[in-house]
Amino acid sequence: MANLLEIEGLQTQFFTSAGTVKAVDGISYNVQEGETVAVVGESGCGKSVSALSILRLVADPPGKVVGGSIKFQGRDLLQLSDQEMRSVRGNDIAMIFQEPMTSLNPVLTIGLQITETLQHHLGMSEEECNARAVELLGMVGISEPDRRLSQYPHHLSGGMRQRVMIAIALACEPKLIIADEPTTALDVTIQAQILELMKDLTRRLGVALIVITHNLGVVARYADRVNVMYAGRIIETGTAEEIYHNPKHPYTLALLRSVPRLDQPRAAKLDPVEGQPPDLARLGGDCPFRPRCRFATDKCAQERPELLEVSPGHYSACWEKDNLTSAGNPVS
Amino acid sequence: MSEATAMETTDAAPAADRALGETLIEVKNLKMHFPVTEGVIIPKVVAHVKAVDGISFNIKKGETLGLVGESGCGKTTTGRCILQLEKPTDGEILYEGVNLNLLQAKAMTPFRQKIQVIFQDPYSSLNPRMKIGEILSEPMRVHGIITESADRDKRVLELLNVCGLSPRFADRYPHEMSGGQRQRVGIARALAMNPEFIVCDEAVSALDVSIQAQVINLLEDLRDEFGLTYLFISHDLSVVRHLCHRVAVMYLGKMVELADCDELFDNPQHPYTRALLNAVPIPDPTLEATREHQIIKGEIPSPINPPSGCVFHPRCEMAVDGCSKAVPEFREIKPGHWVACTEV
Repeated sequence: MANLLEIEGLQTQFFTSAGTVKAVDGISYNVQEGETVAVVGESGCGKSVSALSILRLVADPPGKVVGGSIKFQGRDLLQLSDQEMRSVRGNDIAMIFQEPMTSLNPVLTIGLQITETLQHHLGMSEEECNARAVELLGMVGISEPDRRLSQYPHHLSGGMRQRVMIAIALACEPKLIIADEPTTALDVTIQAQILELMKDLTRRLGVALIVITHNLGVVARYADRVNVMYAGRIIETGTAEEIYHNPKHPYTLALLRSVPRLDQPRAAKLDPVEGQPPDLARLGGDCPFRPRCRFATDKCAQERPELLEVSPGHYSACWEKDNLTSAGNPVS
Repeated sequence: MSEATAMETTDAAPAADRALGETLIEVKNLKMHFPVTEGVIIPKVVAHVKAVDGISFNIKKGETLGLVGESGCGKTTTGRCILQLEKPTDGEILYEGVNLNLLQAKAMTPFRQKIQVIFQDPYSSLNPRMKIGEILSEPMRVHGIITESADRDKRVLELLNVCGLSPRFADRYPHEMSGGQRQRVGIARALAMNPEFIVCDEAVSALDVSIQAQVINLLEDLRDEFGLTYLFISHDLSVVRHLCHRVAVMYLGKMVELADCDELFDNPQHPYTRALLNAVPIPDPTLEATREHQIIKGEIPSPINPPSGCVFHPRCEMAVDGCSKAVPEFREIKPGHWVACTEV
């Protein structure tokens, strides 16, 4: 299958009074048509900024994409004019944000917020727009869709608002949807509903999906490939099976071990990742995970490891990547 | 005032020796209804939000009771009632036999020392204008636990140490710390009072996965070291399973199931509990692919006008005609396992 999105060496930096923060420090990955790619990592690892960079939504100043290319269907999004970029956003690439409470405009009706995209990008008439909006709301499982058009966001619960966000994202039949923590603010039962809905719709409509999340469980359920980020870089990438069953980076390994799991016997003690994530304004030339790593050697202090292939399609940025097996498999 | 620190207390009664059995807190038929008013000048009560509607449970000394449910189910309100941050509409909260609801503010003071809380949000629960040292020493000063300022400073360093923070944090402000570090300060502040009982209201929910495990381990260590009793309020079932001895499941102000932790997770009886467990994603793609997902329909109804009979019946797949009429009795189906459902 063809690559829909090719990100090459993307670098996004924030110029603050405390120094230059390298939020995204040279990441590269591809998304194929209809594929679901997950970006996993902790707060501050650059996962949201990398997504915002794709749509050129990073606030400038203080932020700026300083390097790399983002090719969408062969066109480099970073070279487009603002006008051209506007026709890409919401039309070819749509975004679903984390906070369904704040990402909808509270003073506009649901109907208006859905039809706005349709009018702008597809130039539909009002009747066409309303008919399409009703269809979209029905598709995302909202009851009485025609009545909802005249309602405001505060009439709806968090789960319903996130469904509306999905409807807006799907409105122009985009090729790619970027979902930034789409279920983090929701309850587990509602999270399960939304995940199932997104999985079903993307499969049915053949939309590619980039899901950004810190929840390893969410990723396991529906990602084809997983990128694990740490300190602004992708430190491991591979198929979901490979990442979960055969992790090749100490950070991935530690993350998988630190969460209590319902399907396994209760452990006496959790095995946390010790220490704190690094300050992105003060990164040195060493491996940024070194202070928290159990496998660290002298080499890790001297040079930051590159992302190298361990097996076909599975890459890890760790000097000790071939020596991790002795630590055992966290999923065994 | 003696320098009775939590350290010395435990020396006198090591955690392991504390028999699980003595009841510390008993909650009987607790109800918390918030009025909904209309009108600005002469507000008129038009309805009530039944946030907590008749729940009963007890917590034994040294035990951790998990309280789980979705947002709006009343779990936080239950915690706030125990802390007497809300005046309950009805029911009793007995702490070692004393009904806290009947106490005047002054008589409540010694209990405020024994009962502490750790809040969810480490960003908003610390005063941004106070240094960490001040945050930790203020409750000790107010309650007259340690009167000498120098002794208080010593105790602050001790508390920081217990919670895994370096002593230099005493002179820092909350904004200079990460979320995990702030949550440790929140825990240290609760410990400053040498409490017996701590309400942990979503204490680890706002933290990143790698940090979450650190704080869970800290809570466990402190429980063992100081013989603490926790009410652990959370929506994260995997964390609750790891940390708790017994678990209570709430739905729309009612308790639907209560059992020992292993019993509840291995043998859930109430359809809501089962649906809740089923909805938790497991970090294993192979398992997830084969796992059957029974996704619960609909959303949680409004607690202003809850469904008749069993509050869960509109979303329940086991519901029969009777469910919409009679409120199911909260009954003991086997020793220690309570369920509010007629169909199990």
